[in-house]
Amino acid sequence: MRILEGEKVTKYFGGLAAVSKVDFNVERGEIVGLIGPNGAGKTTLFNLISGALPLKSGVIKFKGEKISGLESHQICRKGMARTFQSVKVFGNMPVFQNVLLGSMFGTPTAMSSADATSEATQLLEFIGLSAVSATPAKDLTLVNQKRVEVARALATKPELLLLDELMAGLNPTEVAEAMELVTTIRDRGVTIFMIEHVMKAIMSVCNRIMVFHHGEKIADGTPQEITTSKKVVEVYLGE
Amino acid sequence: MDRFGVIFKKPFMLGLLGLILVALATLPFYGSLYLIILITAILMYIILTVSWVIFSGPTGYMSLASAAFFGVGIYASAILLPNTGPVLPLLVVVVIGGLISFMLALLIGALTLRLRGIYFAIFTFGLLELIKQLLLYWEITITGTRGRFIVLVDTDTIFYIMLGIFVALMLTAYFIRHSKFGLALQSIGENEEAAAHSGVNVTMVKVITFAISAFFMGAAGAVIATKWTYIDPYIAFNPLFSFLPVMMAIFGGTGLFYGPVIGATIFAYLEEVLLTKFPYYYMLLFGAVLVGTILYLPNGLVGLIPRLVQKWRKGGSARQSANT
Repeated sequence: MRILEGEKVTKYFGGLAAVSKVDFNVERGEIVGLIGPNGAGKTTLFNLISGALPLKSGVIKFKGEKISGLESHQICRKGMARTFQSVKVFGNMPVFQNVLLGSMFGTPTAMSSADATSEATQLLEFIGLSAVSATPAKDLTLVNQKRVEVARALATKPELLLLDELMAGLNPTEVAEAMELVTTIRDRGVTIFMIEHVMKAIMSVCNRIMVFHHGEKIADGTPQEITTSKKVVEVYLGE
Repeated sequence: MDRFGVIFKKPFMLGLLGLILVALATLPFYGSLYLIILITAILMYIILTVSWVIFSGPTGYMSLASAAFFGVGIYASAILLPNTGPVLPLLVVVVIGGLISFMLALLIGALTLRLRGIYFAIFTFGLLELIKQLLLYWEITITGTRGRFIVLVDTDTIFYIMLGIFVALMLTAYFIRHSKFGLALQSIGENEEAAAHSGVNVTMVKVITFAISAFFMGAAGAVIATKWTYIDPYIAFNPLFSFLPVMMAIFGGTGLFYGPVIGATIFAYLEEVLLTKFPYYYMLLFGAVLVGTILYLPNGLVGLIPRLVQKWRKGGSARQSANT
């Protein structure tokens, strides 16, 4: 069953087609990767899906329902959460409040504040940040700030999680931990759509990969199919 | 807040607050006329400052529309309480003044709260001029009045209404700060985009808070107008009232709940003292105090408290170790 699908999704920045007539879909329970050179339109696509930017044309459907045209907070409450390429934590707020915000405001059905609090506590436990729950988020290391973002996103009880370069800037050990985290989250029943540059991570974690180039989708298939596709090798992976 | 909690235990704080409130409520029975007028003015400044902080403090949107909302309240009184005989009772006019400001803020907020930083500040300041000029045009070409006289109201009534608005505002501010709504406001100030993607309806939260803050400014304007007795658009829409709340908030420090209250109180009192004691040099001295505060107390006056406590503790432990 398709949890997310897009038809002829198009976005222009001035005269430049950042995303051009892209069709895509994500099945429930999958981990789908999105790769492509810098400026290929990957983050723009995420911004279109999550409602940060309006579409020029095309349709995006979430759980069979049209979501293009809705505002970000409405899309979030429908069960889709995201993280950001450049980390966007609430720096001066304690880690706990960062996560609490998600469970207070972002869940599909409103929670009592006691439930929201216990949800946030459990998620901090899950993500491994209980020890720093009272620390302002800005004082954390990059990897921990990324964890805060993931916990905040999970606090909204999403069915689909968009991860925008979760592993960028992490060291090899941290990348391995992040890969494990991604599969654990999928095993909890959350479908994952992720942009990634770390090839090793994306090849081993994803069920399926889409490749973007100049705002167009040039390939879509299993990791094996992608690595052997002549077109992908030409534009992205190199000779 | 936790650091404050160490010095002022909760029951003690509540007792102190109760005492201040009782002292204020009974002021007309023992205070001189001068004291009542002075405290009315101080309460007005506190209302303007705390209202400004409710919205601009957590969100970081620098609003310079305070004078516009304040002025709308003043003008509501000017029209509804003429000295030829009030159209409506004073209390009703105060509520109306607040409500008109509330509606105006809803409208302005919905239109402009997508502007950020300096653009928002300039827009809100422009709004003040726009309203002033429109009123001036209306008064001169349509009604043919240059200024309006307002019915006289006795000092005690003005004082009690101001005190009522102050108490209602403090309760509102406390509730906002310690609620889910306050968490949302803070997250907007930290990172608006992330807040929106975490399910916060950022536009609604911003517009409603902006309007609540405008309500109290408008209500305060409607009361104080009866003390000023003569009103024209220049008096009602004085840009000073856009800048004063900002200065008082910075002076007191916005980090703690009572920062703006302390700031506005000392600021207003200082102004009064300097104005009466040094009528010729008062602006000079006042400017020096402000510059000194900004330079040496970046967290405002209340920023001093944790520092003093730390010093006192260090001194205390040093004495202790010297004794042993």
